[in-house]
Amino acid sequence: MPYKGAKPVTPFEIAFSWGIVLFLLAAVFTFAFSNIEYGWHWNAIAGYRDKFLKGWVMTLALSGASLVMSLLIGFGTALARRSAILPLRYAAALYVEIMRGTPLLVQIMLFFYVIADAFGVENRYLVGTLILSLFSGAYVSEMIRSGIESISSSQLDSCRAVGLSRIQTYRHVIVPQMMRQILPPLSGQFASIIKDSSLLSVIAVNEFTLSAQEINSYTYSTLESYIPLALGYLILTLPISLFSRSLERRFRYET
Amino acid sequence: MKLELLGVSKSFGERVALADATLDETGFRTLAVIGPSGGGKTTLLRLLAGLDVPDSGKIVINGEELPKDEERLHLYRKSIGTVFQAYNLFPHLTALENILLPLTKVQRLAEAAARETAFSLLERFGLLPQAGSRPAELSGGEQQRVAIVRAIAIRPRFLLFDEPTSALDPEMTAEVLELIEELRSEGRDLIIVTHNIGFAGKVADRCIFMAQNRLVETGSLPDIFREPGTPLLSAFLRKVLKY
Ligand SMILES: Nc1ncnc2c1ncn2[C@@H]1O[C@H](COP(=O)(O)OP(=O)(O)OP(=O)(O)O)[C@@H](O)[C@H]1O
Ligand SMILES: [Mg+2]
Repeated sequence: MPYKGAKPVTPFEIAFSWGIVLFLLAAVFTFAFSNIEYGWHWNAIAGYRDKFLKGWVMTLALSGASLVMSLLIGFGTALARRSAILPLRYAAALYVEIMRGTPLLVQIMLFFYVIADAFGVENRYLVGTLILSLFSGAYVSEMIRSGIESISSSQLDSCRAVGLSRIQTYRHVIVPQMMRQILPPLSGQFASIIKDSSLLSVIAVNEFTLSAQEINSYTYSTLESYIPLALGYLILTLPISLFSRSLERRFRYET
Repeated sequence: MKLELLGVSKSFGERVALADATLDETGFRTLAVIGPSGGGKTTLLRLLAGLDVPDSGKIVINGEELPKDEERLHLYRKSIGTVFQAYNLFPHLTALENILLPLTKVQRLAEAAARETAFSLLERFGLLPQAGSRPAELSGGEQQRVAIVRAIAIRPRFLLFDEPTSALDPEMTAEVLELIEELRSEGRDLIIVTHNIGFAGKVADRCIFMAQNRLVETGSLPDIFREPGTPLLSAFLRKVLKY
């Protein structure tokens, strides 16, 4: 945020400043790449375009499914943390702390090789989506919880005074306001899920990162495999992050 | 209207908010509750509104004892109108939607009938131009008037107000008080907590004075203003009438 009384920034200044930033970035990379004297073989990976695309779509699908599921898990957990039933409340708190306090990689390994195995679940795409949802659900539940708690007690009094039931209060008053509040962090969370899903490559889920790893091992063209990977993630996360920012700004002005 | 209190007490933890209130008022239309800050007025009003339950004692309104279980209290609250000091409206809904929500979801009116009720009330109280505005786009006075319209739209048995104008500047106070006066002249039953002694004198036929978490005095207006029966009330009147 510009400080009060600051001159408005002109479009020319914006373009010029971005120009400087991008130029410096390009300079650093050009210098670095020229130093390693890398022999580029872009045509080596050209034949794997479809494999890249398939992996990219898989990442998008896994992440989208995980976002929806983590929203459900998050809402359930947030409710459980406010429940009058103590064991439920403690279980929810424990779940959140464990998921947020351990690395996703460890969770993937444990869940896939121990828990899913014990319960006879073999589909690694299902397991992958499930772990990602559980991981992300812990973060989402905290967003939802603070969203619910931001509803003032005077509003809850009004709900009771006009005779709304508990469920109606959630449905018509709490959830709509909470959704507006969590939409910016939630879209940020979506970007995180997309990046985190790359770890599912360790259990051989054929997503974007694993595709790049495989292409690299077929072609021995490391940079040619990983640069498209980075760009592929940015194509997804950059618009989401900009969208999240703009939502944040819009909701801030509206209230 | 008839209001009976029998040894009604309410504490919050160690803190006594209302101690042993007993009262038998019959045949009033408008009851004003006045008294110094912290005297227990809001506590009493919330009990009457069925939002809180007394620790002991009972409340009888128009011959009906207020229930103590949440299920029946919920039914009771559906049949009355309560307006608080501020922030009555749901901020994510427009003025119109704020009025429609209880009508359609609580009273189960059909959408068309609910809209008709809402629009005719908005029109009557000069709020039609504000129908599509969210609370943040309304003045404090408009917000309170919409809140009152929302409360009367459900045809409540009576209305409870807790200092409906104390968060407003004088001009807005006037427009809200005018509306309440209009309700009174329609013959609605009102119980109103107010800091505005002049207004209490104007609209109320009976008055309760509360201080130090007790009912100190009751009487008809302006009798108790002219001849306060306790030092507490005369001290209070001296203070508020000075300004
Ligand atoms: N929810 C609560 N928790 C704890 N104490 C409370 C609560 N509500 C009221 N009290 C206490 O009870 C006493 C009476 O409060 P109450 O709000 O009824 O006073 P009031 O007459 O409405 O005052 P005001 O004119 O300032 O609105 C006060 O001492 C207050 O601190
Ligand atoms: Mg009060």
